[in-house]
Amino acid sequence: MSNQYSNRSGIVKIIFLVVGIIFVGRLSMLQIFDKEYKEKAKNQSLRNITQYPARGLMYDRNGQLLVYNEAVYDLMVIPRMVKNLDTNYFCQSLGITREDFEERMHKAYVYSPYSASIFMKQISKEEFGRWENILYKFKGFYISKRTLRLYSKPIAAHVLGYVGEVNEHDIETKPYYKRGDYIGKSGLEASYENQLRGVKGQKIMQVDVHNREIGSYMHGQFDTMAVEGMNLYTTLDADLQEYAEKMMANKRGCIVAIEPSTGEVLTLLSAPCYDPNMLVGRIRGKNFVKLNEDISKPLFNRALQAQYPPGSIFKVAQAMIALQLGVITPNTGFVCDKVLGCHNHPSARSVAEAIKMSCNPYFYYTYRRVIQQGKYKNIYKDSRYGLTVWREYMLRFGFGQRLDIDLPNVKAGNIPDTSFYNKWYGKDGWAFRTIYSNSIGQGEVEVVPLQMANLAAIVANRGYYYTPHLVRYYGPDSTRNPIYYEKHETGINKSYFDIAARGMYDVVHGAGGTAHKAAVPGISVCGKTGTAENYGNDHSVFIAFAPMDNPKIAVAVYVENAQGGGGTWAAPIAGLIIEKYIKGEVERKDVEEYYMNINPCQKLPLTKRVKKPQKR
Amino acid sequence: MPTEKIRFDWITVALYLFLVLFGWLNIYAACYDESHAAILDFSCQHGKQLIWMGVAFLMALCVMLIKPRIFSNISYIIYGSVIVLLILTLFIGTVTNGGQSWIDFGAFKLQPSEFAKFATALALAKYVGDINTDLKQRQTQLVLSAMVLIPSLLILLQHDTGSALVFTAFLLAFFREGLSPYILIIGATAIILFIAALLINKFILIGILFVLALGYLFLWLSKRSAKDYWHIAIIFAACCLFTLSVDFAFQHVLESHQRDRIYVLLGKIEDPKGVGYNVDQAKIAIGSGGLVGKGFLNGTITKADFVPEQETDFIFCTVGEEWGFVGGLIVVAAYVLLLIRLIFLAERQRSTFARFYGYSVASILFFHFFINIGMVLGLVPVIGIPLPFFSYGGSSLIAFTLLLFIFIRQDADRNALF
Repeated sequence: MSNQYSNRSGIVKIIFLVVGIIFVGRLSMLQIFDKEYKEKAKNQSLRNITQYPARGLMYDRNGQLLVYNEAVYDLMVIPRMVKNLDTNYFCQSLGITREDFEERMHKAYVYSPYSASIFMKQISKEEFGRWENILYKFKGFYISKRTLRLYSKPIAAHVLGYVGEVNEHDIETKPYYKRGDYIGKSGLEASYENQLRGVKGQKIMQVDVHNREIGSYMHGQFDTMAVEGMNLYTTLDADLQEYAEKMMANKRGCIVAIEPSTGEVLTLLSAPCYDPNMLVGRIRGKNFVKLNEDISKPLFNRALQAQYPPGSIFKVAQAMIALQLGVITPNTGFVCDKVLGCHNHPSARSVAEAIKMSCNPYFYYTYRRVIQQGKYKNIYKDSRYGLTVWREYMLRFGFGQRLDIDLPNVKAGNIPDTSFYNKWYGKDGWAFRTIYSNSIGQGEVEVVPLQMANLAAIVANRGYYYTPHLVRYYGPDSTRNPIYYEKHETGINKSYFDIAARGMYDVVHGAGGTAHKAAVPGISVCGKTGTAENYGNDHSVFIAFAPMDNPKIAVAVYVENAQGGGGTWAAPIAGLIIEKYIKGEVERKDVEEYYMNINPCQKLPLTKRVKKPQKR
Repeated sequence: MPTEKIRFDWITVALYLFLVLFGWLNIYAACYDESHAAILDFSCQHGKQLIWMGVAFLMALCVMLIKPRIFSNISYIIYGSVIVLLILTLFIGTVTNGGQSWIDFGAFKLQPSEFAKFATALALAKYVGDINTDLKQRQTQLVLSAMVLIPSLLILLQHDTGSALVFTAFLLAFFREGLSPYILIIGATAIILFIAALLINKFILIGILFVLALGYLFLWLSKRSAKDYWHIAIIFAACCLFTLSVDFAFQHVLESHQRDRIYVLLGKIEDPKGVGYNVDQAKIAIGSGGLVGKGFLNGTITKADFVPEQETDFIFCTVGEEWGFVGGLIVVAAYVLLLIRLIFLAERQRSTFARFYGYSVASILFFHFFINIGMVLGLVPVIGIPLPFFSYGGSSLIAFTLLLFIFIRQDADRNALF
C-alpha cells in the first residue's frame, strides 16, 4: 500500500519546481527587464536637492555695484507626497484662493506627481518668515531658497538685461537647465550667462516614507558642490549712464559713448529707458506686457538694433576713403552748385571745410570720383570696381557688419555691394548716377548708432578702433576676452584723420560750423551733425569726440523725430555728455536744465513727415 | 537503538540554517538605521529575532534528543492542546492587525495558529498511519476532514484568513496517499473559473464553456455514448452554476479588503496609494534591486520604510532590493531544493506516519512559500502569511522549526523497527 501512489511524488516535485521557475521568471522580469520600478524607486526614495550658486555680480568701471542678489524663497511641492492637507488653512496662510490652489496643484501634478515643482515663486523673506514655523504641517511642501536679481540703480536696463525662467526651448537645447531655473534673457545677463550663472551643485538625500530626509545617498559620493557665478567688471560709467538716462528720460532716441583708446563702452542707452527692477520677481510678467505694448518701444534697444540711414555724419568716412584712394587731395575744392540740395554756404575749398559745412554737392562729386575712378571705359564696370573698393574700406570702419560687442542681437546695418545693385538693376543697369544718394549717407546705406559712435572713436584715434565692448574682465582670474584687445586698422593714412578731426573741430568751434551748440567751455569738441530721414520727422543725429587731442570720449546721440537737424538737439546733448564725463560735473546748469526738460520728439503715433529739411 | 548512530539529513539542516541566518540578515537590514545598528539591540526586531532563533535552535536540539516515537505517541495530546489554545485565543486573545490571534504572556505573545499546523500534521499522520485506518472508508474521510477543518475554522474565527487557508495544503499530502486527483483538478478549475468570471462577462464565459464542452464531445471523443453526454452536460451545468454564483460569493462571502486585494491583483483597480500600495511598493523595492542588488544595508526603499510589514510578510522585498535577482534566485532555489529534498526524504520513510508527516511538512512549507513570495511578486492576492524561517516572528519561527525537525528526527530514525 505504501508504494501504491509513490509515482505521485514526481507530480508533487514538478509542482514545486514549476512554482520556483515561475517565481524566478517573475523576478527576472521585475528586476532585469522592467526599468519602470527602478525609476519609481529613485523618484520616491531620493530627493535631489539642487544647490543654486549665487549669480555673479556686476560692477561699473569705477567699482560701483550695479547688479546684486537677494534671497527669496520658492515653495516647492511634490504632489504625490501631499497628504491630509488642510486646504483651507493652507490657502489662508498663503493668501491664495481655493481655485488658485487647485490650478497650481494641477499644474504641478501634470508636470510630475513624483518630482518637485514650484508651487509658488519668490516669496519674500518677510512673507517666508511669517509661516516658516507652520510649514511642517503641510506634507509634501518644502522651501527652496533662490536668489533674485536686483539693480542698485534704476539704470542701464538695456545693457544689463534681465534674467527669467527658462522656456521650453532652453530646456530642450541646453541640458544644464531644468524647469524653473533662471537664465539671462537679454543684455549682459544673456551674453555672459555661462560666466554669471556658476555651476549648480546637487545633493542627493534619501527620504523615507514620510518624506523626511534620512541621510545622504551613498555617503554623498554623487553630490556635487555648487560653483559660484563669476562677477562682471563692466566698462560702464554708472554716473554718466545715469546722467544720460536723465537727459533722455522724456525723449526717444539713444546714446552710445565709447572710450576711444580702448573701445570700452562708457554709456549705452536706448530711450525711453526703464528701471531694470521692473523685470524682477513676481511683478515681471505684468511689467513685461506693459513695456512690450508701449508704443514707444522701450524694450527695443535702438543703440544696437535701429538701422538708420546715417545722414551727413557718413561724410566723414566718405572723405577719408576718397583721400586714401587719392581721388581727391586735402585741398580739393568743389563748387557748391546745388547738384544736390544744400543750404547756403560758401563753396568748400578743402576737405576740412567740406566737413565743417557739410556740403552735399562736395560729397556728391567726391563719391563720384570714388565710384567711377576711370579704371574702365565702361561706366558700369567702372562703378562695380569703385563700389567694391569703397565697400571694403567701409567694412574696415565697422560698417555693414555686426560689431562684435558683448551684447546679443546687434544689427549689422547695410553697406550695399555690387550683387545688391545687380539684383535690383541688372549687371549693367547701374552706375554712380544710380547710387549717388549714398554719398551723403542716404540711399541704401544703413548703420546702427553703435557704428556711428565707433566712427567717432575711429576719428578720435586717427584711424583705428577696438571693438566696442561692455565687460573689461570677469571672474576671480580677471579673464579678458582677447578679441577686445585686437586693433582694427582702417588702413587710411593718419594724416587724413587729422584733417577730419580739424573739420569736425570746426563744426563745433569754427565760423559756419553746424553744431556750435555742442561746444563745451574749455574742451575742444570735435563733432559732426546728421539728419536721418525716416517716416515722421527726421532724426537728429550727432557724433563727437573730445578733447581733440588725446580724446577721452567718443559719443553718438540720436534724438528721434526731432525737428531741426543734428545741430539743434543731438549736438547740445552730446556736449553735455562730454562735459559730464570729462569734468565730472556739468557747470552749465541752465543749458542742462533746458535740454533735460524739453521734449523735441514728435508725438506718437507718427503721422507723416512734417517737412523735409535740408541735410546738414 | 541507543547504540546506533543517529544520521541526520544534513542537507535539510544546512538549508534550514541558511534560510534562518539569511532571513535574520534581511530582518536586520529592514530594521536597520543608524540609531539601532547594534546587533543585540533587543528593542528591535532583529534583536528579538536573535532570541527566537536561540529558542528555536534549542527546541530543534531537544527534538533531536527525544525518541521519535514519542511524537507519534503524544500527537493527539498536542493536537488537543492546540485546539484548546485556539478556542482560548478566541476569548482571551489580543487583537493585532485586525486578527485576534495572539495570547499575551506579558514577556512574549504566543500565536497558537502557528502551532496548529504541526499539531494537525502530527495528528493526521498518526491517524493515517494507524494500521486500522482505511482511507477508502467514508467514515475515515469524514474524521480526517474534521481534523483539518476544526483548527482551520477556529483560525478563521480569529480573522486570520491566511493561516486558515494554509490547511488546504494537506490536500497535497492526501493526494500522495491516494486522494483522487479530480479533487485537485476541480479545485484548480474552480480557481480558474473564479478569476475568469471576475475578469470577463459571465455570459461570454458561459459561451466559451459551451464551445469547450461541444469541442470536447465532438472533436476529442471518438466514440460517444449517452453516458458521455450526461457527464458533459452535468459538468457544464455545474461550471455555469459556479460561474453565476461567483459574484454573489465575491460580494457576500469575502470581506471588502479581500475583494480589493483580488481586484488589485487582477488589475481591475489601480490604486497605488490605497489598497494597492503594499504590492506596488513591494514591486518597486524588488524591481529597483536589479541584477545584483544595491548591497547589504543599502536598500533605499527598505531603509525608508516604504514597504509596510517588511520584516514579516514582505521580507522578500529586502532580499530583492539589497541582493538583487541573484539573491532572489538563491532564496527561491533554496526553498525549492528544501521542498524537493523533503519529498525525497518522505518517500524513503518506512512508516506511513513518517511519510505522511513528511508530505505534510513539505506541503505546509510549500503553501507558505507559494503564497508569500507570490504575493510579494504580485502574482497572488495579498494574504498575510509569513515566509517560513525567513520572516520575523517568534511563534512562526519556533513552530516551523518544530515542524521541520520532528520530521528530520523521524528520518534519522527511519530504520528503527516499529
